[in-house]
Amino acid sequence: MSTADHPLPDDLQAEILALARAEPHPRSACVAALQRVQSRYRWISTHHLRDVARLLDMSPDDLDGIATCFNLLFRKPVGRHVILLCDSISCWIMGRDHLCDHLCRTLAIRPGETTEDGAITLLPTVCLGHCDHAPAMLVDDTLCGDVDLPMLARLTDTLTEEPPP
Amino acid sequence: MSPSDRPLTAMIDASAAPPDCTAYEKAGGWQATRKALKTCTPDDIIEIVTQSKLRGRGGAGFGTGQKWSFVPKKPASEQRKYLIANADEMEPGTFKDRLLLEGNPLQLIEGMLLAAYAIQASHGIVFLRGEYHLARRRLEQAIEDARHNGWLGENILGAGFSFDIHMHAGAGRYICGEETALLTALEGRRATPRSKPPFPQTGGLWGAPSVVNNVETLCNLPHIVTNGARWFLSLGTGADGGTKLYGVSGRVRRPGAWELPIGTPMREIIENHAAGMQPGYTLRAFLPGGASTAFLDATALDVAMDYSSVEKAGSRLGTGLAIILDDRTCPVGMLHNLEHFFAQESCGWCTPCRDGLPWVARLLAAIEDGTGESDDIEQLRRHTKMLGTPGRTFCAHAPGAMAPLASGLKLFRDDFAAHITGHGCPMRHAA
Amino acid sequence: MATIHLDGKPCAARSGTNLLQACLEAGADLPYFCWHPELGSVGACRQCAVRQFSGPEDKTGRIVMACMTPVTDGALLSINDAEAREFRENVIEWMMVNHPHDCPVCEEGGECHLQDMTAMTGHNKRRYRFTKRTHTSQNLGPFVKHEMNRCIACYRCVRFYHDYAGGEDLAVFASHDNVYFGRATDGTLENAFSGNLAEICPTGVFTDKPFSAAYSRKWDLSGAPSVCVHCATGCNIIVNARQDTVRRVLNRYNGEVNRYALCDLGRFGYGFVNAPTRIRAPLRVISEQQTPIPAQDALTRFARMAADGPVIGIGSSRASLETNFSLRALVGPDRFSTGQTRQEQTCTDCALSLLRAHPGAIPTLHDMESADAVLVLGEDVSATAPRLGLALRQSVRQPSFHAADAAKVPRWMDAAVRTLGAECPSALFIATPAPTELDSIARETVRTAPDNIARLGFAIAHRINPAAPPVPDMPDTDAAQADRIAATLVAAGKPLIVSGMQYGSPALMQAAASIASALATQNPAAGLSLVLPDCNSMGLTILGGLTLEDVLEKAATGEIATLVIAENDLSRRLDPSSLTKLKNDVPNIVLIDHTLTPLSRDAALVLPATPFTECTGTLVSQEGRIQRFFPAITPAAPVQAAWRWVRMLAEQISTNDETLPDRNPATDLRTWTRVDDVTAALSRACPALAEAINAAPNADYRADNQKIRSEPARASGRTVIRSHISVRDQPPPQNPDTPFSNSMEGAYSPDLPAALIPFFQVPSWNSGQSLTRFQQEIGGAMRGGDPGIRLFATPSDSPPEPPRTPDIPAAFTPRDDEMLLLPEGRLFGPEELSALSPSVAARSAADAPTLSLPAGTPYPPRMTLHLSDGPHDLATRPVTNLPDGIALCPPHMVMRAFAFPRTARLSPVTSAAAVTPGYAAPGHATPVTPSPLTPAPVTPIPVTPASGPTASVTPRRDRP
Ligand SMILES: Cc1cc2nc3c(=O)[nH]c(=O)nc-3n(C[C@H](O)[C@H](O)[C@H](O)COP(=O)(O)O)c2cc1C
Ligand code: SF4
Ligand code: FES
Repeated sequence: MSTADHPLPDDLQAEILALARAEPHPRSACVAALQRVQSRYRWISTHHLRDVARLLDMSPDDLDGIATCFNLLFRKPVGRHVILLCDSISCWIMGRDHLCDHLCRTLAIRPGETTEDGAITLLPTVCLGHCDHAPAMLVDDTLCGDVDLPMLARLTDTLTEEPPP
Repeated sequence: MSPSDRPLTAMIDASAAPPDCTAYEKAGGWQATRKALKTCTPDDIIEIVTQSKLRGRGGAGFGTGQKWSFVPKKPASEQRKYLIANADEMEPGTFKDRLLLEGNPLQLIEGMLLAAYAIQASHGIVFLRGEYHLARRRLEQAIEDARHNGWLGENILGAGFSFDIHMHAGAGRYICGEETALLTALEGRRATPRSKPPFPQTGGLWGAPSVVNNVETLCNLPHIVTNGARWFLSLGTGADGGTKLYGVSGRVRRPGAWELPIGTPMREIIENHAAGMQPGYTLRAFLPGGASTAFLDATALDVAMDYSSVEKAGSRLGTGLAIILDDRTCPVGMLHNLEHFFAQESCGWCTPCRDGLPWVARLLAAIEDGTGESDDIEQLRRHTKMLGTPGRTFCAHAPGAMAPLASGLKLFRDDFAAHITGHGCPMRHAA
Repeated sequence: MATIHLDGKPCAARSGTNLLQACLEAGADLPYFCWHPELGSVGACRQCAVRQFSGPEDKTGRIVMACMTPVTDGALLSINDAEAREFRENVIEWMMVNHPHDCPVCEEGGECHLQDMTAMTGHNKRRYRFTKRTHTSQNLGPFVKHEMNRCIACYRCVRFYHDYAGGEDLAVFASHDNVYFGRATDGTLENAFSGNLAEICPTGVFTDKPFSAAYSRKWDLSGAPSVCVHCATGCNIIVNARQDTVRRVLNRYNGEVNRYALCDLGRFGYGFVNAPTRIRAPLRVISEQQTPIPAQDALTRFARMAADGPVIGIGSSRASLETNFSLRALVGPDRFSTGQTRQEQTCTDCALSLLRAHPGAIPTLHDMESADAVLVLGEDVSATAPRLGLALRQSVRQPSFHAADAAKVPRWMDAAVRTLGAECPSALFIATPAPTELDSIARETVRTAPDNIARLGFAIAHRINPAAPPVPDMPDTDAAQADRIAATLVAAGKPLIVSGMQYGSPALMQAAASIASALATQNPAAGLSLVLPDCNSMGLTILGGLTLEDVLEKAATGEIATLVIAENDLSRRLDPSSLTKLKNDVPNIVLIDHTLTPLSRDAALVLPATPFTECTGTLVSQEGRIQRFFPAITPAAPVQAAWRWVRMLAEQISTNDETLPDRNPATDLRTWTRVDDVTAALSRACPALAEAINAAPNADYRADNQKIRSEPARASGRTVIRSHISVRDQPPPQNPDTPFSNSMEGAYSPDLPAALIPFFQVPSWNSGQSLTRFQQEIGGAMRGGDPGIRLFATPSDSPPEPPRTPDIPAAFTPRDDEMLLLPEGRLFGPEELSALSPSVAARSAADAPTLSLPAGTPYPPRMTLHLSDGPHDLATRPVTNLPDGIALCPPHMVMRAFAFPRTARLSPVTSAAAVTPGYAAPGHATPVTPSPLTPAPVTPIPVTPASGPTASVTPRRDRP
């Protein structure tokens, strides 16, 4: 049984309830609540989705309909690190496809997939608002600009070498 | 706040942390709030802003004062109303709001406070793009700071007006930037736009009167209130008042964003501020204000970048942040990238947008891949005709998507033909 | 009225509607998908584009969505405009991009709105050349089939299921061209209106699963206008049959009753008519086995029985007026029993007299939708009258309509109205012992025992009209609550009180009536609605007769030689010992029924009658609406309508006994040859039911001198389907009881009387969406007037009855030794006929009967319930807020004969206790954990007699 099958811990439940109470209607807090779950577990399991739905007085179906409509809420497991490589126009002009191909080759995955060791998930993303430093990417919470091959090499090295928690 | 020719960015130092409440005040911050809450009625503020001719910086360019005037006049204590900052900046090629959010979040907070006072809203919400982590941390800190110093909360300055700000981080959907979809998303529903009426100003969030303004729009307010409408008008070069954040990305020497008088021509922006094209590249065309504006070619470089001039030239000012197409980048590939984005970001609510845009994207992919057919150009043109006019689709997303395509089909006719007859892209995409 | 100019032609249009409605009402063909007359407009599909011009000078105009554009006087628009047409054709083409084009194997084929609209726009060439996106479909349970690839994403399904019917388990997932309509995971759709998806969905995504398994194209189905027999609401249906089997039931619009939706019991309950439990021949016991015998043999036997002595007839609340009346004519009014228990009859009599005396309105279902304050007093309507529950669900939208009016947003702008109504308070109050489905939309719910609910009701009546008697010993909190509810009801423009006999309590209904009449003294719009149990409870009650207890007494004293029981399973009404005694006391029991019941095992004679799908009959719904159903199948002998059996019995007796009752030639049943003769005799004999004969046109009705055709014009395969027997064309069966041809030959038009419309179809509109052409105005009455005749439509003008001091019950006191046993509100399973329908049985099998107990007290996972038929070992289910001292169990599913209320003893399970047969013992009962945001349940305080009733109150969460 993975942690995703455990009920949400009390502190997270309390946090979600607090979010809900701060809103005129609990459902307003649903995205924020799912983000909290994701920042702890990296993704939102069906079990956790159900827990959140119950806390917010929503049906799981209703909540899942919302969860699945957003790009950055993950309903499938992701790696320990998520690389969001911008695929919008300025980055494309500045050669992001080349970087993406390179990453895929070194990591032996396709966009949307996770490396075999579970270290890295590579996802394309919409313009990161860093076009003056295109190509850009978001590695977990860190924004990186002017990405080039040496930077990617350094990055993949550190991310894959880091021992799993 | 001292009048300056670049009020929005005067306090922003990219290499340092944003000003805290004290520094902000020392540099002229909170003056406007003092003036407004102590000496002005809400209607006075609406009047000043209307006089200043401030137009929305979120893309549509609607008069801000006029937008506010539709809000019911009841005092905040009698009616629940919302003032919402649209910080969902997701328009490809646009990075101006992040600059303001990261560089001087208190300026936004003060702008929101002034707007809220004008429309008598006691609830403020920042709808912030989820990917803007640094902006989020800084904004949260600024909100705390402002609360701590009494600029947010109950009975601000003892003037009887209460206002507080709540942060909502988006989870990644371009359509959330569209103001009605933004409201739906804030209600914890799937982000689909709403029909008008009711307009947000009368029936917005949870049915309550709500105003949605872009971050840059709001950041202008403290300066307008402090220095007056005339001062603001004088900052611009043409009919529009104030400054504008302009920017350039693509193969220029120094991509970036700068605060300039509204109406500055693109040539000046590219040559003086972005330091011209990179060596070996020449400008072929540009999208003047984000992905959903129409291509202009080099002949439009001297057009004043204000709302009506750009429109006259056949495009829109949009967000004011230009994307440059150089001579070594394939225009068909560029259009494919743009249309793929729009297709993916369609919310799925209305048929033409949901099922038309993916068709367009596939046609472009086929042409780029060398499997294009001669009729494909006609199919693309049909889509620009069917999807391009507002009112046919539910919201402005699909018309926005058609702007670059419709103009591109004309400007790059030969490139399309070459792709189809030559069964592939004649240009290797520059890496 | 406004005038709009449609392609240059002036047309009258109703102001307040939208251009799409106006075009359709003007008879124009304008395609649409997302708009639905009951769901309003949302502008999602973009199919209804027209060009609108701002004035005569405007030559360009602009493309607008007709469904989103209000009608304005003088509006100029063009449907034929080339660009508008091109756009509409494009919209269909986009919808078809990923559509599988699987019409040949699609259940919707031939009556598909998407097919119709595709043809209408002229899209006939596919230009998209890339691969289609595909989805996997889900198993949604026994009722609804899912084929997601056919989806065109019009959003109607979720708008109906979630927004309109309150279902929580259907949603939209993902986004862009990948949107998915279904459940989060496979599983049975839980909402009681799921079957409507088959009609709401304009293509073949959601289809009727049982129909799908016995599929036939629409043009091969014959239809009959009918009335649902599974509860007393009186929803109108169409029964579709092919050959000798019923294939499906469809909604039949009645603007005042069910309108566009039917509950799943009504849609899927018909299965009993095809089931092996049907009786197909006369039976008698030969060597301890019911054995088929020739009809004449049966009749001769009956004649011999009748010679033994007095014959008593027992009718039934699930049988037509014709069945009941013919039996009464056979035995005489003094020897006719309604087949109801005394308690049941007391309640139905009480309901009838309260409705007759009510000075205010007796609302139709449609009226209820616009009630602006509703009090439900002691009835779980979602279980006993689901369609009525759906109407109440709409009533809470009234404040949002008012908000929309104030904001000048038209009421049909669905999404906008819902946005504006987001914060509007509901004015629905629900007082029931156990949680109900409507609780989530109620402003306040009251959880307490039926007696206490009645007391609350009387207290409210007293607050409204001080002349009504006060309730002694009301605790302050209850009095305050009575004040609150009374104030809301008084302030309302159209208040409504709903009650019923689910808990077997006349006091509840009296309390409800007393509130309603107190309101009516100030506001004639004040409505009263009382829910009755069976499809003809009301008709039977008006007819009147002995109770079952009266029959038992007569039997015990040897006064009965022969009992003729028509369509009544006494084992559901009498407990086993009474039934055994009855069987011992009566020498001859003759049963006339369509379906085998436990009772038929012991009957000396069983005569095969027709169910509602095979005969003509008349029913009276709980709102006093007399309605007629017609046969979809003409039965083959010896099966025949119950009244025909009764007539034959009468003929038998008269040949050997000249002293039989009722020799009056006017009502002599031996002269009846057609059902219309029976109904006419009934109308003459029973003044209160004089209108019965007018409930629908009779069998002589002809349109253009022809019978009405029962099949769409292209019925195929009449010979082919019998080709393994003979290729000779068979003439269609002739049925003297209907005006239908039973074939594709005959008259048909939207102007037929609404009670006689066997299917909906007009040129270019082959799906049920063609309904708009059959209505006077969209959403209004049918062209020929809505079917049925209302008995209580005008408030009684008889002088108000002298104020009678009602019997205000004493407050409920929980007992230590016994629980008050009340019916669990359960839709699938308890109802007699639908329980025999395979799809309904499958639906209810997932939900084994349990014993619901107050969650406050810990109970073991299983307990033994001691009833008069012995102990029942049941899984327990904790129910939040269920008052102390009350237990719930599903009616008829634990003990077959079950009248509520009763008290019963509970004990820990001993190994000897019997497990209720027929149900797999479920595992541990899992309590439904409510959200912590729901206010903590107020534990009901045990009531002591001195303190009066105490209700546990759950006010609706009100946030700033
Ligand atoms: C598809 C779409 C996306 C949009 N995205 C944004 C956005 O990211 N940020 C923004 O400020 N406005 C965006 N807008 C414009 C908003 O709808 C709205 O006009 C604006 O927030 C109003 O603020 P303003 O009057 O201050 O410009 C978008 C509009 C559309 C149609
Ligand atoms: S499933 Fe049917 S009703 Fe639902 S969106 Fe698709 S086509 Fe419309
Ligand atoms: S019916 Fe008008 S947009 Fe769908």
